[in-house]
Amino acid sequence: MTLERHKYDVLVIGAGGAGLRAAVEARESGLRVAIICKSLFGKAHTVMAEGGAAASMGNVNDKDSWMVHFRDTMRGGKFLNHYRMAELHAKESPDRIWELETWGALFDRTKEGKISQRNFGGHEYPRLAHVGDRTGLELIRTMQQKIVQLQQKDGRETGDMESGIKVFAELTITDILKENGKVSGAYGYWRESGEEVLFEAPAVVIATGGVGKTFKITSNSWEGTGDGHALALKAGANLVDMEFLQFHPTGMVWPPSVRGILVTESVRGEGGVLTNNLGERFMFKYIPDVFKDKYADNEAEADRWYEDQDNNRRPPELLPRDEVARAINSEVKAGRGTEHGGVFLDVSKRLPAEVIKKRLPSMWHQFYELAGVDITKEPMEVGPTCHYVMGGVEVEPDTAAAVGVPGLFAAGEVAGGMHGSNRLGGNSLSDLLVFGRRAGMGAIEYLKKNGTNPVSEAAIKAAAAKIQAPFDRQGGENSYSLHAELQEVTHNLVGIIRTGAELKEAIAKIADIRKRSANVVVTGGRKFNPGFHLAFDLDNMLLVAESTAKSADAREESRGGHTRDDFPGMDSKWRQVNHISSFDGEKVNVRAQALPTMPKELFELFDVHELEKYMTPEEIAKGGSN
Amino acid sequence: MARNIKLRIWRGDSTEGGLKDVVVEANEGEVVLDVIHRVQATQMGDLAVRWNCKAGKCGSCSMEINGKPRLACMTQVASFGEEETITVTPLRAFPIIKDLVTDVSFNYKKAMEVPAYEHPANLAPGEARMEQIDVERSQEFRKCIECFLCQDVCHVVRDHEENKKSFAGPRFFIRIAELDMHPLDTLKNRKKTAQEQHGLGMCNITKCCTEVCPEHIKITDNAIIPMKERVADIKYDPIRWLGTKIRKREGL
Repeated sequence: MTLERHKYDVLVIGAGGAGLRAAVEARESGLRVAIICKSLFGKAHTVMAEGGAAASMGNVNDKDSWMVHFRDTMRGGKFLNHYRMAELHAKESPDRIWELETWGALFDRTKEGKISQRNFGGHEYPRLAHVGDRTGLELIRTMQQKIVQLQQKDGRETGDMESGIKVFAELTITDILKENGKVSGAYGYWRESGEEVLFEAPAVVIATGGVGKTFKITSNSWEGTGDGHALALKAGANLVDMEFLQFHPTGMVWPPSVRGILVTESVRGEGGVLTNNLGERFMFKYIPDVFKDKYADNEAEADRWYEDQDNNRRPPELLPRDEVARAINSEVKAGRGTEHGGVFLDVSKRLPAEVIKKRLPSMWHQFYELAGVDITKEPMEVGPTCHYVMGGVEVEPDTAAAVGVPGLFAAGEVAGGMHGSNRLGGNSLSDLLVFGRRAGMGAIEYLKKNGTNPVSEAAIKAAAAKIQAPFDRQGGENSYSLHAELQEVTHNLVGIIRTGAELKEAIAKIADIRKRSANVVVTGGRKFNPGFHLAFDLDNMLLVAESTAKSADAREESRGGHTRDDFPGMDSKWRQVNHISSFDGEKVNVRAQALPTMPKELFELFDVHELEKYMTPEEIAKGGSN
Repeated sequence: MARNIKLRIWRGDSTEGGLKDVVVEANEGEVVLDVIHRVQATQMGDLAVRWNCKAGKCGSCSMEINGKPRLACMTQVASFGEEETITVTPLRAFPIIKDLVTDVSFNYKKAMEVPAYEHPANLAPGEARMEQIDVERSQEFRKCIECFLCQDVCHVVRDHEENKKSFAGPRFFIRIAELDMHPLDTLKNRKKTAQEQHGLGMCNITKCCTEVCPEHIKITDNAIIPMKERVADIKYDPIRWLGTKIRKREGL
């Protein structure tokens, strides 16, 4: 059988927000682009993003600016963010939102007819452009339809709508190929038929999203298996700060089959309060020192904030996600949780039923249909769920180029650095737009200096052998049971609260599962066979889990999405350190690398007393780099 | 409280296939997709089923459950009788690939045929001003999760393969209506092309599409009927008909 081959200028792996934005950028510059999605076009996990996209347009409060957004982002990330990514993100996100409007997006409006913006955890001003609680769907559809528009234009010019940009749906990439040290393409298989495909492309953008399926309780769909993280590692790229995982504070906890499914932070943004089984609004007890001047310490002030934001501090329910997740975890551990091991989240007492249904329509629907709970009348039960990975491919901020692999780019959740140790809600949708576009631009610039890079027959052979292998084995375990075992290990030992001893145990167990996974057998044929698909996903998840456990073991402090029971404090010395994961073909190795220093003009945006909480006296004395 | 339930699953591909009976454990609160996954993990490792979000937001797990087009992730096992056998089959209007997975590429082809949004040439990014009430009409249609249940249930194509060429289906009628009602879109004649090129006239308003829509979009009442009425107005109102002839009125 002859191998199916395609040639493109740019191959984009992943059809979520970042991938589609990168594809649009590359196509508009005249390059030929292929977009790969693992599921059907338009089903990417971006559709699950509910709250909104953060951009300092200042439509609701004109005191907002990129500088305030930058400060909030750095604070949220506990200053471990790559300053340049946070800066680009804060500066460019308004333009990216307005651009979507020119492509047909319909955001909710203010009274003046501008794009409305809502409050969210960690954002000083109302900043999230939104469409009810289905903002991610709006982003995906808008870009999906923008791509159709580009295809229609190509159709008019060439007679073939797919001549310039083509979507390959339900296709999995198993290898990024390199020749002479540079990217040459990628290899994979059609999920439908199991048949193999070669893409020859000198520039590859990875935009594969997250790793949630590595964990047992997650808001992520089956697609979140860390494919891009693993592909990049295997291609010689680095991952940065993989210990930082965001446990979203509010996932559904009941019934068991929906455990982990997201309850949008907008519920709290719209006034939802968190209480324990004693009826106590417990978040007031959990305001950390670094946030004391920004958050109300009593109910009266917190309630007034919804009406008057200039003269009151914010309710503590709107603290960054890591703080709220830890607080809920502590309440449940102390025996003050709900029957099903969560806490109560109640918006019914704050807003009239019709307003709830209008502002939070999909939440109403989700609880009513899946849990039999009417959120306009009764509280929801919620608890932490693995939601987002802050760590990811180490990239050059301006071009999204993966460090160490010419021709490889990464954007969106799969890229690291932007969010530091903890991502603010709403900063993901804007991240995908800003860095998706920049990855497209990075590929365009790269291709000006680098032409095609033919794939060798040896590389094709090696990639093909890997895909066939699980069918030829006998007597090994199946991928479902190994996946379940991995999820138990990560849930129990690499979860929301960690210790050195447990992490070391996890590292050993993950290594053992990885060894056994080399013998995974697949039953049935190649045609749309989920057991076969999971065999590859499993390999990716194992690499990600190894990287996370090793990075977490190395970081002896607690910060953002990494909490060590044995090192409970945040340590300024550790703030100067990024953990870099690389792969030697056998195992993941983690080493420390110095965090880039903020330049003076960004350093000076902060009150020095605030920086003293995060930085060493030497760093403060230096006052940023020149 | 786990109990055993009877599930009948269609298994096969485009060449052959049939219903297979299985008994599988179901726990309190589970949906049909949960028990299908359990069958996959414990009894049929290669059982093909599409799914993504498991929360009714992505529209991937569309199938027919006891003959009705539904999302498997939003169909509670408890909504069936304790002794009842739950039968799951692939969407009937589309070609089968394997088991519960069908070839829905028809819909993506139709999506490419609907002329895209056209932004006013003189309106720079950030300058748009729209009233909430005006965007809400199109927003209703933009809630669509593209599960294609409406396309599957629509009798114009469900048993009439021959109609597929000239009929875009309810999902794309709401797409056209959404653009037609978009406060900024500048492309004219959307209703007319809906009628002449996308088969709007073939719909005879049985509202089956509205009934199966998991997003409760009023496809027939809010999109199809208003477009049909306006098309009929222009076409059959003698004075307006004359108007189109005399002044070359375009844009219904």
